[in-house]
Amino acid sequence: MEYIDVIAQFDPAGAIHPLFVRIDEMRLRVDRVTDIRPAASLKQGGIGLRYTCLIQGKKVWLYLDDNKWFWEPVDLY
Amino acid sequence: MSRIILHCDLNNFYASVECLYRPEIRQFPVAVCGDTDKRHGIVLAKNQIAKLRGVKTGDVIYQAMDKCPNLVTVPPNMKLYQKFSRKVNDIYRRYSNQIQPFSIDESWIDLTGTAATFEEGVKTADEIRAAVFSELGVTISIGVSFNKIFAKLGSDLKKPDATTAIPKERFQEIIWPLPCRELLYVGPATERKLNRVGLKTIGDIASAGPAFLQSLLGKWGLTIYAFAMGMDDSPVYLDGAEDAVKSVGNSTTTPRDIVTLEDAKQVIYMLSDSVAERLRQKGMVGQLVQVSLRDTSLCSFERQMPLKEATCASGPIAKAALSLFMRHWDGTTHLRSLGVRISDLSFLSAGRQATFDSTTTEKQEQLEGCIDSLRRRFGHSCIHRGLLMVDPSLNINPIEDNTVHPMSYFKEVM
Repeated sequence: MEYIDVIAQFDPAGAIHPLFVRIDEMRLRVDRVTDIRPAASLKQGGIGLRYTCLIQGKKVWLYLDDNKWFWEPVDLY
Repeated sequence: MSRIILHCDLNNFYASVECLYRPEIRQFPVAVCGDTDKRHGIVLAKNQIAKLRGVKTGDVIYQAMDKCPNLVTVPPNMKLYQKFSRKVNDIYRRYSNQIQPFSIDESWIDLTGTAATFEEGVKTADEIRAAVFSELGVTISIGVSFNKIFAKLGSDLKKPDATTAIPKERFQEIIWPLPCRELLYVGPATERKLNRVGLKTIGDIASAGPAFLQSLLGKWGLTIYAFAMGMDDSPVYLDGAEDAVKSVGNSTTTPRDIVTLEDAKQVIYMLSDSVAERLRQKGMVGQLVQVSLRDTSLCSFERQMPLKEATCASGPIAKAALSLFMRHWDGTTHLRSLGVRISDLSFLSAGRQATFDSTTTEKQEQLEGCIDSLRRRFGHSCIHRGLLMVDPSLNINPIEDNTVHPMSYFKEVM
């Protein structure tokens, strides 16, 4: 599993919100986060806080595992 | 109203975590094995596929490979397993403040205060199983009953990923036909004794009565009788209750056999240093030193002696351990592992009886306190005895490599 670059916002309450992700050398905007919960990724092999995001109009799962991010790849184009 | 106790057991724990992190090996038989070079080459855990092919925990790697030639072996990652264990216990905490871990992958939960009925307790158990799988990707088996013994027994009955309910009204029908060995603390020796007098099942133990069992097994017979009758009322301790420490010990299987007195001296001093450091971390002193020896055919024995004065300094502990060793080792048997343990503990703050050697002991303890602070600042290996330089391959860092073993069911807490 490869971890990915994420630009995130830390709010005053300590919550972390992903703003941009770097996937395939492309910087993509996270349009919306619709759900946040702890979850396992059986496909990628790992656990973390799972952010259900809208990126390029597609539903994408981003995982924050301690302080590293990974995603479950989907076709974004 | 009777209690509602859950016993949660992570299925094939180490192997499940490894399979979660390595999707490419999930469809193969997998075993988590110790390091062969360090002679820890046994199966520590296996996945369900390996289990069905006959691989057992404790098998030497070549035995496991004989049973299952395409077995995938992976090294253990204790830090990762400890992280999972913490996260699983965090999930349990959502349901109760009475959580008592039994080992890294087993815990009891008392739901008496939070679930109104036994059926609700079973429903909560299913909820916990679902939460653990969805959040951590591993499965657990849960036993639900009215005491800790039957809850534990229940979690072993259906595996993997299942809830087994043993309500008070039906325990005789569910538990009593099971073999004696299923009961916690009935090991092979007790089982043999019970079988010899015709007691094969847990129901047989219950009908034998306390007097007969006491005559057969001593005081232990009464405990086993109470377990079989469902008369275990031991509490599930409050979350965070600390163990009342009764002894502090370290043992190691060395990378090569211990064949000379010099080898043994080096290992005994290394272990004594670690035991003393852990005593000081707890602010305790101990007075009874014990050594354990295991030879290459895995036969082992232990010997103990008291110290003149309780201490937390490694010097007196090592001297006593070495003198025990010299008295009981024949000088020719090759040894595979050695252990040093100290018991009869008391808190340093409670004061000690002064003896003629008190000043020397205190000086030694102060010196070792300095060594502790150096190690805290610069790491464990920044300072050690010259003796440990003789054969560096025999050295480990027992403090950091300390393994977590299941706790005693009869432990006390403070």
